[in-house]
Amino acid sequence: MKVAVSVTNLVKTFGSFVANDNLNFEVYKGEIFGFLGANGAGKTTAIKILCGLQRPTSGEVKVAGFDIYKQTELIKKNIGYMSQKFSLYDDLTIQENIRFYGGIYGLSNEEIKSKTEQYIRELELEEYVKSMVAALPLGIKQKLAFSVAVIHSPQIVFLDEPTSGVDPITRRQFWEMIYAEANKGRTIFVTTHYMDEAEYCHRVSIMVDGIIEALDTPTQLKKTFKAESMEEVFIQLARKSTRVD
Amino acid sequence: MKDFIIKEFKQIFRDYRSMIILFGIPIAQILLFGFALTLDLKNAHIAVLDNAKDEHSRKLTEKIASSEYFILDRHLNSADEIEDIFKEGIVKEVLVFEPNFSQNLLKTGQADMQIIADASDPNTANMLVNYTSAIVANYQQSLLPSNPLNGIVIPDVKFKYNKELKSVYMFVPGVITIILMLVSAMMTSISIAREKELGTMEILLVSPIKPYQIIVGKVIPYLLLSFINFLIILVLSYFVLGMPLGGNMLLLMSESLLFIFMALSLGIFISTVSNSQQTAMLLSMFALLLPTILLSGFIFPIKNMPTILIWISNVMPSKFFIIIVKDIMLKGSGLMDVWFETLIILLFTLFFMALSIKKFKIRL
Repeated sequence: MKVAVSVTNLVKTFGSFVANDNLNFEVYKGEIFGFLGANGAGKTTAIKILCGLQRPTSGEVKVAGFDIYKQTELIKKNIGYMSQKFSLYDDLTIQENIRFYGGIYGLSNEEIKSKTEQYIRELELEEYVKSMVAALPLGIKQKLAFSVAVIHSPQIVFLDEPTSGVDPITRRQFWEMIYAEANKGRTIFVTTHYMDEAEYCHRVSIMVDGIIEALDTPTQLKKTFKAESMEEVFIQLARKSTRVD
Repeated sequence: MKDFIIKEFKQIFRDYRSMIILFGIPIAQILLFGFALTLDLKNAHIAVLDNAKDEHSRKLTEKIASSEYFILDRHLNSADEIEDIFKEGIVKEVLVFEPNFSQNLLKTGQADMQIIADASDPNTANMLVNYTSAIVANYQQSLLPSNPLNGIVIPDVKFKYNKELKSVYMFVPGVITIILMLVSAMMTSISIAREKELGTMEILLVSPIKPYQIIVGKVIPYLLLSFINFLIILVLSYFVLGMPLGGNMLLLMSESLLFIFMALSLGIFISTVSNSQQTAMLLSMFALLLPTILLSGFIFPIKNMPTILIWISNVMPSKFFIIIVKDIMLKGSGLMDVWFETLIILLFTLFFMALSIKKFKIRL
């Protein structure tokens, strides 16, 4: 299997605080990789390092086959990123947002035009075309943000808690979109708080206090920890935490 | 980059608060300073203690009282009354003539008179004394042909360049400076901080767009808008306030562009040290706006300040820009006259640019 992300002995410290303590894992091409952990476990730090927003203290990291220290520019062209915070501009319309992000990723005018038409059709945005993004319902905003994050057809998409605060129906639709992208051969790296979402992932890693405590398929994890659901697995592991939130 | 600039313009034009700061405030300020907030003195009440009561003391008193700046409130009989009359608060200045004023003037060429001003308002006092001295000096000159001797000993005060003593001429350069500072520095710092606060900055940094492209994309719209702003103020002050446009307009415009550029780099620097719009706004307010108003010589004359504040005023870029604008607009100076101030602003610009490029975080 082809490797999309490989992390070897990754350490990130902030002063005396160890956010990521010697992480080792690989993410395969085309898989949906769930990156779980309680608040403060070090998920966001790890995802920021993978996206090039932060430098690791030590360790080797390769994203899409490129070195995180030397080939940042190449990595940037090949990844998409959707953060916890809503990332579209509220005071621009849907079209203007797509135009802007398409533009900074270097898409041609024709490509941007066809993408815009495609998104408006697929997400059923016809009635919102002229309104500012601020006026859109949250669910639609999140779906649009995801579409924009993959506008340049990246090899790997990093999603940092993309569904927080979204209603169950929209979450389901959102995961359908994730599956659709994965089926196109894109690798999805997703962090989440919802354990039912963890069940949708191909493989899941669970982080506790900066350390990866478990990494396997959801089925296998449930077997190992003799648990009924991913929620039980997670609670068993998270209890070990000594960090105070 | 082009997409970035277009996006930035759209956001500015859609945000009515930005538009008010950009165009509403400047126009309001110019009109306010021009019409309402005038420091011009008219009809200040004075009293005279004339110990001589002779020809020249009377003539001089008359001359002063007949000017539009002063009203002769009363004559005093003794020096004891001076304290009381100031305490009443109406009379702002007292003139004292020595006994035998005319005689001394004609014989020895030296006659003493004293100007006592109520300095509880130092600016007014300063101005009153200057006006009075000027009138006395004028009187002295009118005596000269008939009197070959040196006249009364009086400080040499002349009203150059602003002969009409209009404070509007003093205010316009200050207002231009403050507005350019406010619009350029505050607006850029807020707009970058907003991207950080909303999380869009992360997305930009993850994308292939380069940090310098983000900075340039932010700077160009504000550079343009600030310059348009400058032109509006200039036109307003010329047509509405009757401000003279003495010097080379091209020079004035290039100097303004330089100053705007300085303010923009300062704004970017502020945004690199603040993570939210509020921090950026407060920093701009306290670190930029207040010192600009208080220490640049715009309202309070620098020469009246304590030494330490004079020192501090030397690191206010706005102080130098006010000098440049005044020199060009009122005196019609050329580049050779203001090269030193220009150089200082240029150095400030380079300094802040270097600092912000160094501090602008590619990694959050």
